[in-house]
Amino acid sequence: MFIRITIPTLLLILLALVPFGAPGLQVLLTLALAKGIAVMGVTVLLRSGQVSFGHALYFAIAAYGGAFTLMLMPGADLIIVLVFGIVTAVLSGIIVGLFVARYRFIFFAMLNLAFSMIFWSILEKFYHYTGGADGMRLPRPTVMWIELERGAYELVMFYLALALALGLGWFSMRWLDSPTGQLFRTIKTNETRLQYLGMSPQRVMLTGYVLSALLCGVGGIIMGLVQGVVTPEYAFWVRSGEMVFIAVLGGAGSVPGALVGAAIYEIVRTYASAFAGDIWQLVLGTFLLIIILFAPGGIAGIYSGVMDRIAGKKEDSE
Amino acid sequence: MNLTLFLLALFDGIAYAALVFIVAVGLTLIFGVMRILNVAHGSLYAMGAYLTASLTTFFVAAGLPPIFAFPCMLVSAVLIGVVIGGPLEWLLLRRIYHKPEVLQLLVTFAIFMILEDVQRLVWGTQPIFQSAALQLLGNVRVFAVNYTVYQLILLPIVAIALLVGLRFFLRRTVAGKLIVATTEDREAAQAIGIDADKVFLLTFIVGAGLAGLGGALASPTTSILPGIGADMIVLSFAVVATAGLGQIEGAALTALLIGLGRSFAVYVWPETQVLVPYLIMVAVLLVRPEGLFGSPAARKI
Amino acid sequence: MTHLLETKGLEIRFGGVVAADDITLQIDAGKNLAIIGPNGAGKTTFLNICTGWLKPASGKVYFEGRDVTPLSPRAITRLGVARAFQIPQLFTEHTALENLLIATAARDRLQNPIRALKDTRQRAEMMHLLDMINCTDAAHQQVDELSEGQRKLIDIAVALALRPKLLLMDEPTSGVASSEKFDVMEILVKALAEAEVTAVFVEHDMGIVERYADEVAVWNMGKIELRGTPQEVLEHPDVIRDVIGEVA
Repeated sequence: MFIRITIPTLLLILLALVPFGAPGLQVLLTLALAKGIAVMGVTVLLRSGQVSFGHALYFAIAAYGGAFTLMLMPGADLIIVLVFGIVTAVLSGIIVGLFVARYRFIFFAMLNLAFSMIFWSILEKFYHYTGGADGMRLPRPTVMWIELERGAYELVMFYLALALALGLGWFSMRWLDSPTGQLFRTIKTNETRLQYLGMSPQRVMLTGYVLSALLCGVGGIIMGLVQGVVTPEYAFWVRSGEMVFIAVLGGAGSVPGALVGAAIYEIVRTYASAFAGDIWQLVLGTFLLIIILFAPGGIAGIYSGVMDRIAGKKEDSE
Repeated sequence: MNLTLFLLALFDGIAYAALVFIVAVGLTLIFGVMRILNVAHGSLYAMGAYLTASLTTFFVAAGLPPIFAFPCMLVSAVLIGVVIGGPLEWLLLRRIYHKPEVLQLLVTFAIFMILEDVQRLVWGTQPIFQSAALQLLGNVRVFAVNYTVYQLILLPIVAIALLVGLRFFLRRTVAGKLIVATTEDREAAQAIGIDADKVFLLTFIVGAGLAGLGGALASPTTSILPGIGADMIVLSFAVVATAGLGQIEGAALTALLIGLGRSFAVYVWPETQVLVPYLIMVAVLLVRPEGLFGSPAARKI
Repeated sequence: MTHLLETKGLEIRFGGVVAADDITLQIDAGKNLAIIGPNGAGKTTFLNICTGWLKPASGKVYFEGRDVTPLSPRAITRLGVARAFQIPQLFTEHTALENLLIATAARDRLQNPIRALKDTRQRAEMMHLLDMINCTDAAHQQVDELSEGQRKLIDIAVALALRPKLLLMDEPTSGVASSEKFDVMEILVKALAEAEVTAVFVEHDMGIVERYADEVAVWNMGKIELRGTPQEVLEHPDVIRDVIGEVA
């Protein structure tokens, strides 16, 4: 019990000290945290037994929402930009969700993909509104109405990302254990019984879907604000695929796994791209296969297994 | 839109629909029998195209007449089906039949990612163009419009032959009936002695071969570059989902619908060209969630 | 007088099989009805039509006087009809207690998004329910690890947790050990009476029918052949020939 908490706590403390101890990693980890939050969205959906191949849609919508906010309201504060971006993602989640929540498995996965690619197409083609393939800029907003230099801004964004990751992670885990969340999880095991409890599976599915859209949106807008630019690539299927990969890597259905998986993924990707940039998808695909076939619980599963073994050994020796 | 443009759009649509049907029918066959949606299907299409282009270029450079392009296509299709499709089913897919659908989806998605990079490694990222077969058959003049014989006549003929041939195969031959039986009730089929494993392997090889054939036939008509596999899987899925999973005749109709929709969009409102297949799929599914010809799954309690 | 459940002229066929042939029936509150008949007579089909799972080709179903024929199972459940199944329909990745708590979560709309299911007020109520059916030790076990009999009981309990007015059960004691069948029914019937729930149950065990049903209806080939008290029905020669004779 004690040991299960010490390791994550230690990691968190180390993470919080990164800007002082290892500043070179700061931006990388900010981006990893943003991705991790987005991956939590995919993870939540996985608890209902569904996977979406198009959740980059909300990642992009929030980021573009933020970009439009900054364009239409120059000088808007960070908070305003965040709120507008996230609200746009949530509203889109409700609208698309109303349609998509009726479907399951491959239909669900591919319809989400279709919507994300439709959006990608629109972003690319309607150059005059969206900047086309060049995307749109997100100039540094004020933070609490104070203008910040780049260094200070990036520091704020790092801690913001960390706080959001932890806060939203905590909320998501609590939500999954709450009555609404548990009802959501029953979609995986018995939709018939769910109906015979007087619930609409579509409405229940929608609740989790909107939460997942929110999470992906938060990730997207943070990434956009940190990178200072958003491009149509934010909505492309490869990005959705990446999110799914990290979710499985972290442990399908494990919220902490999403964050850990994202961090590991970003670090590996940054350093491996020098060697294996050309065959990155091949590497990803192979790892995905290996995980599914041999370690379906992902990192969270491996960690759990190791912790169980240690706890078991301690009990044996006591 | 005058007559010329209309005819051009029509012919484009028919040629395109024929190609999409050939690929989509393999996808729907695999799904109908094995209940797996093979996301890697698009990659098999792309590899069929690349392989055909390479083989054709090789033989033409060696001095053989361009008509050798056609045997190259068949050879490519067979190679894709047997050499790639077979091992994929036997080594990988066979292990995941009992796993949750989500994981099955992810496995074929992983295979797709791997094959996309394999294409890049083998054939590079520069576009490849090998139109010997297209040029060989020349043009035909219909109502004052010039169009290639290959696209207007050969492709639809192959598509129709495939449709008729598949119907015949599934309904009249023993192997076909075994496949249909396994589709309808796998356990019952096994109970009467049908080797479901062999049926699955055969089905996947045929389905993969069809994807390869689609790519092979497409290769003379377009430049081949990374990403055509991804385009094709989404398009094939749109066709298959709109028709209803497992519906072969339906897939022919929806391929035509989507092919024509897309080609007319090119002439009328080009920006929406890429959107049309998705919009058609979403519109159909809004009204009929199981697809145009699909039947809602029987629920038993 | 408004019946609790009433059907008029229900008809449905599956291919060449007539599963419901002019099924007209009234069920009044407080009178538990047993449905007996040979396999394939259409008993489960009747339950499926009443709960909206199947739509009849013709005929109507009324619950408390209201036409519920076109409604979905979800809507009919909300009106006060709960169902227990021949093959228990449970949430296989949850424990027995969680299954019951999920039922209460569905029943009582207002939800706190961060309060864990297991900490809700209904926990005591559901532990009591588990206790009533002698399944307390199964509370924290995942339902797919329980015995068939326990799963059937949990399935019934899940339906009961909804506090319905009418409970439709499909072979409630099948899968329960013979020695326990009567005990279980005893507790169930008492709990139902206390909660003012009327029960309709499909049953093959005539001993159970005789003791716990207030009324019996006999199904054969899609039609209701006979209706009456257990004494009247179980001694009828046709019933002995068609139904009891078949059940050893």
